[in-house]
Amino acid sequence: MAERRGRILIGAGTCGLAAGAGAVWAAAERALTDLGLPDTPVIGVGCIGYCQEEPLLDVELDGQRFTYRRVKPDQVKRIIEKHLAGGQPVTELLLGECVDAPNPYPTLPFYAPQNRVATRNCGFIDPTSLSDYEARGGYMALRNALAKPPHDIVEAVKASGLRGRGGAGFPTGRKWELAAKSPGPHKFLICNADEGDPGAFMDRSILEGDPHAVIEGMVIGAYAIGADEGYIYCRAEYPLALERLRDAIEQARQKGYLGNNILGTAHSFHLHLKEGAGAFVCGEETALMASIEGRRGMPRPRPPYPAQAGLFALPSNINNVETLAAIAPIIRNGADWYAAMGTAGSKGTKVFALTGQVNRTGLAEVPMGISIREIVYDIGGGIPNDRELKAVQIGGPSGGCLPASLLDLPVDYESLQREGAIMGSGGMVVVDETTCMVDFARFFMAFCARESCGKCTPCREGTTRMLEILTRICDGNGTMADLDRLERLAGNVKITSLCGLGQSAPNPVLSSLKHFRHEFEAHIRDRRCPAGVCKNLISYRIEADKCTGCVLCARNCPVEAITGEKRKAHVIDPEICIKCGACFDVCKFDAVIRG
Amino acid sequence: MSVLMRKRTGPIGAPDSCCADLVPVKVAQLNDFLTQHAGKSAMVIPALQHAQALFGYVPPEAMQMIAEALRTPYARVYGVATFYAQFRLQPAGRRTVRVCMGTACHVRGAGSVLSAWSEALGVKPGGTTADGEITLEQVSCLGACGLAPTVMVDSTTHGRLTPGKVKQVVSSLRKA
Repeated sequence: MAERRGRILIGAGTCGLAAGAGAVWAAAERALTDLGLPDTPVIGVGCIGYCQEEPLLDVELDGQRFTYRRVKPDQVKRIIEKHLAGGQPVTELLLGECVDAPNPYPTLPFYAPQNRVATRNCGFIDPTSLSDYEARGGYMALRNALAKPPHDIVEAVKASGLRGRGGAGFPTGRKWELAAKSPGPHKFLICNADEGDPGAFMDRSILEGDPHAVIEGMVIGAYAIGADEGYIYCRAEYPLALERLRDAIEQARQKGYLGNNILGTAHSFHLHLKEGAGAFVCGEETALMASIEGRRGMPRPRPPYPAQAGLFALPSNINNVETLAAIAPIIRNGADWYAAMGTAGSKGTKVFALTGQVNRTGLAEVPMGISIREIVYDIGGGIPNDRELKAVQIGGPSGGCLPASLLDLPVDYESLQREGAIMGSGGMVVVDETTCMVDFARFFMAFCARESCGKCTPCREGTTRMLEILTRICDGNGTMADLDRLERLAGNVKITSLCGLGQSAPNPVLSSLKHFRHEFEAHIRDRRCPAGVCKNLISYRIEADKCTGCVLCARNCPVEAITGEKRKAHVIDPEICIKCGACFDVCKFDAVIRG
Repeated sequence: MSVLMRKRTGPIGAPDSCCADLVPVKVAQLNDFLTQHAGKSAMVIPALQHAQALFGYVPPEAMQMIAEALRTPYARVYGVATFYAQFRLQPAGRRTVRVCMGTACHVRGAGSVLSAWSEALGVKPGGTTADGEITLEQVSCLGACGLAPTVMVDSTTHGRLTPGKVKQVVSSLRKA
């Protein structure tokens, strides 16, 4: 067998591992040993964003790289034998050729509109290797930055038009300018990696796949504002991201990118990693700082703003992971390069987490201003099972539901806000006709009520009361007066709450009421849940004529509510039935009726 | 909770007789950690995390040790421990089932999946089976949205669940 130089890359982010990348990895190492190629490197890379096709395995050979999709452990040996050893790709298992460019698979619909800036290295480098990061231009931007006065860096970030990617969209350059002007010899720069929004995982993906990108952005930011100490506050639910960060900080310290006199200059920056403990509200900057100080993560009124008196009452600046990951490319390629992407008010690219009832799920980094339709249909491939799109939920518990009629809305900060959603962290959940919008609104309200810290009354009591009203409507006990009450209460909570959690908690309700009022009315007036979700308003029965007695439903019923003899019609005991719909989903003869 | 009522006595930082029920080696390990950070109230959360990693939950005795070593009122330590979802004040079962209740899982039927788990194990979310074997929890997002709805049994993630599949997973758990 001729000697070939190659390596195997495996998508081993949390999502890849959940899909079975660990077993694929083990199979690859076994196969290499069996085939007499034990020296071939097997590298775990970060997430390249295509969740739907995980686990992904890449064969890199003679400078070319091919990606295999949904790889099963028993296919690995064949792939390695034919492709790595034999030079012949196993075409039927291929996703495509992966090119080292801002768009790694230009011919795939999922990637065609993408332009990866913040996620530029995810999937391309070994995230545990600093030299891999350096080989792709890593820490070059820091060298450039340190050669200029700090003021120039602030101006460059201002000119780039970059806005905070954590949700609020405050211009990053202006934030840095305020922090830089704040007097004091000791300042903090904090990275908010407390990605608590259910349905968003871009920050996790960057931290796992390219931790140095965030660290480099932080060191540059610290130089620009004059901070000498920093924290990364990362949620405890991300153990792999924490491990990567811990290692990366140590590597950067040893190489002189962190610590005293960075790269021989007068700039010093000491970086600590702080592990969160599971509180959504800690994504709010003043709550996050309270948590670093070892207290309950409760927000406080502003002013004073963090730039004046933040962590430990010293001037502080907080940026989100994705924001910081975009800094080095801006410094390296120039503000104009970044500002050329996007729209007038929203520059650059944004990573969206596309999930829910959509054919292709994953992370997509696209230029701002792209339409929701392009994201859902071109990238996401539309809705599965020939169903109709009902709504797109953007921005998680702080965002809103946009109906199909607004699909051509461009995704930029202003357009989304105008329609009652927000950019948020970029979670985009697609729902079809099987999702009840009232129940969906209740889901988000339950989340906010649970996560409300309880400090201010409007949020603590308001979210609970709104949840009660929504529950009442879902249970079929609502009145039309409840809708007015809900709307009034939502308006009050929005304007009187202390922090962003309470101020945005009513958004899912208000946007649902605005665009899907008829569904609320159907629950109240007709005692009917059009999507067939709200359990009090539905029941299941078996139509005896259609039932063949195949017992599939009885076997799948988790509570043994279905009885009957083999090959004879079965019945559901409504007293025992928990209305989970398992029978409805498995019946091949449409004999289970939901009414 | 009796420890809340008890008057604190004894030297600061020293584990007293209250720790009799805890494994002495682990108490000593917690004490080592606390000695390194003595007097630093900002270390309350890392200290609680350390205690939970050692004992599997945060026993009142550990909170008392933390309060004393970090020179922080017990009430504040207790306040922090009850504020954050990560901390358990009761021992967990031998195995943990975490049902993802994130948005993507929700729209793909996580509610029914959770009810099915609850029914099959005979416990409410947050509870532990009577035999102390399995704890059922709900979590906000496991980050495996592409495989929704998902559940994590100890460290293994199961994806694309249905209430029927839950039944199968439970019976394999009971056998294991």
